[in-house]
Formats: sequence, structure tokens, C-alpha cells
Amino acid sequence: MLLFEDPVFSSRMLTLLTLTFHVIFATLGVGLPLMIMIAQWVGIKKNDLHYIMMARRWARGFVVLVAVGVVTGTAIGLQLALLWPNFMELAGHVIALPLFMEVFAFFFEAIFLGIYLYTWDRFENQRKHLLLLVPVAVGATMSAFFITTVNGFMNAPAGFNIVDGQMTGVSPIEAMFNVATPTKVAHVISTAFMTAAFVLAAIAAYRLIRGSNHVYHKKALHMTMKLGLIFAVATAIIGDFSGKYLAEHQPEKLAAAEWHFETEEEAPLILWGILDDDQEVRYGIEIPYALSILAHNDPTAEVIGLNEYPEEEHPPMFVHYLFDIMITIGMWMIALSLAYWFAMRRGWNFVKKNWFRWLIVLGGPLSMLAIQAGWWMTEFGRQPWILRGVMTVQEAATQSNYVGHMFFLFAGLYLILGIGVAVVLRKVFKNHPVEKELAEQGGDQS
Amino acid sequence: MSYELIGMVVLWTFLFGYVIVASVDFGAGFFNAYSLITGKQHVLTKVIQRYLSPVWEVTNVFLVFFFVGIIGFFPSTAYYYGSILLIPVSISIILLAIRGSYYAFETYGNKGHRGYAFMYGATGLILPASLSVVLTISEGGFVDMTDNGPFLDYWALFSSPLTWSIVVLSVSAVLYISAVFLTWYANRAGDFKATKLLRRYALIWALPTIVTAGGIVYELRSHNPEHFESLMNLWWMFAISLVFFLFSVWFIWKKKNYGMAFLLLIGQFAFAFYAYGISKYPYLLYPHLTVYDGVTNDAMAISLIVAFVAGLLLLIPSLYLLMRLFLFDDKYVSGKK
Repeated sequence: MLLFEDPVFSSRMLTLLTLTFHVIFATLGVGLPLMIMIAQWVGIKKNDLHYIMMARRWARGFVVLVAVGVVTGTAIGLQLALLWPNFMELAGHVIALPLFMEVFAFFFEAIFLGIYLYTWDRFENQRKHLLLLVPVAVGATMSAFFITTVNGFMNAPAGFNIVDGQMTGVSPIEAMFNVATPTKVAHVISTAFMTAAFVLAAIAAYRLIRGSNHVYHKKALHMTMKLGLIFAVATAIIGDFSGKYLAEHQPEKLAAAEWHFETEEEAPLILWGILDDDQEVRYGIEIPYALSILAHNDPTAEVIGLNEYPEEEHPPMFVHYLFDIMITIGMWMIALSLAYWFAMRRGWNFVKKNWFRWLIVLGGPLSMLAIQAGWWMTEFGRQPWILRGVMTVQEAATQSNYVGHMFFLFAGLYLILGIGVAVVLRKVFKNHPVEKELAEQGGDQS
Repeated sequence: MSYELIGMVVLWTFLFGYVIVASVDFGAGFFNAYSLITGKQHVLTKVIQRYLSPVWEVTNVFLVFFFVGIIGFFPSTAYYYGSILLIPVSISIILLAIRGSYYAFETYGNKGHRGYAFMYGATGLILPASLSVVLTISEGGFVDMTDNGPFLDYWALFSSPLTWSIVVLSVSAVLYISAVFLTWYANRAGDFKATKLLRRYALIWALPTIVTAGGIVYELRSHNPEHFESLMNLWWMFAISLVFFLFSVWFIWKKKNYGMAFLLLIGQFAFAFYAYGISKYPYLLYPHLTVYDGVTNDAMAISLIVAFVAGLLLLIPSLYLLMRLFLFDDKYVSGKK
């Protein structure tokens, strides 16, 4: 089995496994604090207990997710050194600063989250309690920012020179603010907000389908769908900038994602399809000029093709499908939330039908799938490099013979944690139905 | 001061912070589980839960600080330790993961679940053992340098008496530190039954801690004579540590000044821990890696130090707030809030 024979392959697979699991919790961990903050703020503004209750209940789920995010984050932090020792030695010299600051940001977040959770009823003034959430949300967003700059650095190394094998002229700030950073950070943060909103919307829609007709769920659904729409549109706009970044600085990644082999003007965008041996795409959806527009904002612009690069530097061709999954889901979620918002304004009834609510329920997992596809695409799309143009994954990996064993150990761990999270979250909300909790708070207006 | 020295002082301080905070946490988990087995949970669980709830994430961060910091200041450690620690650190990660997440599951989801409590207690004993192996490896003698990089000799490691003495020390120190802290905490909470029980635990674990610590110094004499010699040059630090130890045991024995006893305990461990660290300087991995070979470039060192100071300015007030609300608020400690 390749997992036990090739440490490079098994290191890649273990990193894939840990990151895939971690990204679920990291994404919600970045996205949820803002949602909780908005809900509590609206609740205080409108003096509406339902929104306060949303903040309270979401925070209860959030803290369970954060716990798993912390432990899987610790795992990936250590695994970077365990699986990619040569890379981390080099990276330590240039990009250690944001990694270090991320810990501060997280520490900051953890402290205030602890205080926030245990002080629901300790403040006379609700606004003071809400203020405690600001550092939580800021800390979470800054964590995402710092870590994403490291990923940006892997795609667009900057802030150092290598002369005769010696590293010179290191600038940690330049490394952090590399050309990939702006679009990547914006994309990661806005998709985290979008995904958190759609996951919460999916839960509210599910409760409504399951027969609860409580206005609490309707308010939650309405608010999260609107927030989801805003961030989905923001994501699409940022995605357009990401395309331009790739065309300029990592054309081989864009070309692989687009199955665009020959450099040409007026390049079409191809979605889905099948690639044959002669680099021809069959059954694809072709949108004329769209790739040139995505890459350079000009329908006649020239887009560099993959064949400009030596074959050993080509990313795997399946990144095209990952790209398509991401794009398709993103567009679908905009359409869905726009339809919801428009229909609610017009008072059209179809959005209150179960079939439409099922679509919203499906939107939660779909958004998470889009996040995963996006990360897989950016990581596989950088292959064979771990640090583009400087170090390959082959050169970076550990020589240890036991990575395959560790893969199964960690797979077992994530399975247990995954089941644990599901069971606990179910219990938390089943034992405290919203109707009961609202009644306890003594102010159910509905 | 050179960047190597600044870096090492900061990192060693964080590691010391982790040793104390994590010991309290590991030991508390163990005593909690143990009280469930012996049917004394009505005495202990409340005071332990009260302390653990708001601080558990904070503990983990100390560890993350240490390893992220050491890779930043001394990138070569990523290469050396990254290559050899795959198995021991992976096991530690898994234990930490089980511990952290199951604690959260118990607290926020399924209160009073015995399985979680046992899991939390068991990992509290295995973790210090598995983490302390890293310190043993750094003493040298267990790593072979090959053309493919460094490799760990597992047989040599696990057949060495030094390894097992350090394991025993780590476990008994965890229980001792934790018992002394919780004695003070329970006393503050006015929970005298719990104080009485925890005081007994503290006295039980005091002796094994000091005996194994002495034994390790003795074993180093044959394992790493050079290190042993520089340890001996710092004999006065160990002497101070011993005096602190005797005073804190005295106070606990006499049932007074529990707060002072805990402060003296911190002093005791600080002197021993820093004496050990100073005597080992400049080696990061004996004899292959020193801080001079491993240190990062000036630009990174300066920016890490600046980031560190700025970070502390942000964190210290926040930590102060946390402590004021939960650790030092008598009404909270005694359960009235």
C-alpha cells in the first residue's frame, strides 16, 4: 500500500486529512462570532428576546465547535513540523511572524470567549456583555488573516533571496504581505461568513420543516439568508479579483483549473466536461470570452496556457472539477438566497413551501463542500510545489517510515471527534428546545 | 543580550508557564476521576469543575506558543525535532485532542458523564509522560544522524532508566503541583472537606517528586557528564529550590498559609526549571544542535520580539480581567455567582 511505502505520499494524505477536518471547524469558528454578534445586537436594538436567544443558542453550539477547532488546529500546527520538517525550517526563517501572531490572536479570542460564555447574567447592561464579543470576533478574523498570509506565502513566496543556497535579505513583513495575501485573505474571510450564515439558515429551515412553526426560527432564517446573500455576493466579487491575481502571478494554476492549454486571446471559460488524451474537452459548458474577462477584465485579452510550463510542473488535472464545484455552488447559493429575499419582499408563497426549505437545508452542507473544494483546489493546484518555485513537496517531506501508521491513527481520532461533535450538538439543542428556553426567560412574545 | 538568549528566555518562560498551568489542569482531571472511583465526588467535583471551566482553552495556548515560538526563533528545531518526533508527538496530539474536546463535550453537552471524566483523568496522567519524552531526547544519546537526516533510536530511548525516571517525575510533579494549588483554591472557596482531602494528596505526592528529581540528577552523571557538570555549577539554585520545597510542605503540614505554600511551590519549580535550562544552554539537542546553529536571521528575530511585546500588552490586561472574574473573585470561587 502506497500509504506505508512512500513517506511523501502519506505526508500529503495526512495533511489533507487533518486540514479537511480542521477547515470545517475553522470556517465556522471564524464565521459564527460575527453572526452571534449581529443577532445579539439586533436583539438589543429591537428589544426582541428572540434574537438574544439566537445569540445565546448559537454561542452554545459555537463553543463546542471551537473546542474541536482548537485541538485540530494544534494538530495541524505540530504536523507541519512533523511531516514537512525541511519546509518548516525554511519557512521558520521567513514566515514565522504571522504564525506567531496567530497564537496571540487566538489567545485573545479564547480569553474573551471564556468570559462571554460565563457572564450571560452578570451584567445589568446587555450592551456591556455584547462588547465582550467584539474581541472574540476580531480575534477569530485576525487568526484567519494571519494563517491565510502563510498560505499566500506558499503560493507567492516573497521577502527573501536565496544566493548560493544561503538565505539573505529576509523581510518578514514583505513575506506576510505577499501578492497573494489580499485576495486570499478576503476570500477566506468572506466565505467563512457566508458559510456560517447558510449553515445557520439550514438549521432554521430544518426546524421549520420538522413542524415547529415558531416565529423564532422564521426570524433566524430570514436574518441568516439575508446575511448569506450579502457575503455570497461579496465572495463572487472577491473571486473575480482572485482570478485576476492567478492570471498575473500563478497562471499555471488558473490554466489547470480551467483546462486552458494553449495561450490564446478571447479565451472561453469551460465548466465541467471530460478531458481526452489530446487535451480536448468534451461535453463541457463553454462560456465565450469569459476566461479572458475573469483573467484580465477584457474579452480579447491573452490568457497564458498550461503548455507554457514543463510537464513536471503541471498540477493534477482534476483541480478543474474542484474549481467547478466551488464556482457552481457559489452561484447556486447566490441564486437561492436572492430568490428567497425577493420572494419574501414580494410576499410570494413558494419560499415557505417545504421543497424550497429543503433547498435551503441542502445549502448548508453545500456551502461547506464549496469551502473544501476551494481549499483542495488551491493546494492541489500548487503541486508539485510546497513553496512555489522554491521547494517541492518531495524535497520538503519527512523521511520517517511511520507516516502511514499515523494516518490511520489520526483518521480514527477524527472519526471519534466527528461523532462526538454530532452527538453533543444534538443533545445540547434537544435538551433545551427553544420554546422551553424562551418560556424560562419569561418573555415569549409570540 | 543576543537574540539567541532573548529567544531562549522567553520560550523557557512560556514552557515553565505551561508546566505549571497544565500540571494543575492534568492533576485536577485525575483527582476528579479518582474521586468518582472512590465515591468522593461530592467532595471534589464541584470545586474542580468551578476552576477548570473558564480556563481550559488558555492552558493549551501556552503549549502552542512554545512550539510556534521555538520554530520562529530556532527554525532548525523544526528540522531536527520534526524529523524524530513523529510518533511521540503524534500520540501527544491525540491525547490532547481527546482531552480538550471531551472536556468541552462534557461541560457544554453532557454534564456529569462518567466516561468523559475518566477519559479526562487518564489522559492527564499519560500526557505529562508522553510530553516529557521530548526533554529526555534532548539530553542526547538517542538520535542517530544519517544521510537521510536524524533518526530516533526507540530501543535506546525506552530501555534507558533516565527516560523512565523523567516519566515518573513528570507524573508525580503534576499531581503534587495540582494538589497544592487545589488545596489553596478549595480553602478559598470555604470548602473545608475538599481542602482536607486535597491537602492529604499534596502531602502524599511531595516525597516522590523530590526523590525522583534527585534521582534524575544522579542519572545524568553517567548519561551526559557534561550536562551534569554544568548542573553542579548551579548547585545553589537547586539548594534554594529545596528550601522553598521544605517551607511549602511545612505550611501544608501545619494547615496554614496555603496561598504562600503555592507561591513557594512556584518558586521551587522555577528555580529548578531555570537552573536546568541554564545548565543546558546553549544546546537545543545535545550534541547536534545549539542555539547558535539554530537561530533565525536578525530581521525575523527583531520582528518576533516586537510582536511578542505588542502581544503581551494586549494579553496581560485581558488575562487580568479573566483572573479577576473567575480566579480571584471570592463570590465566584465559592459558587455564589
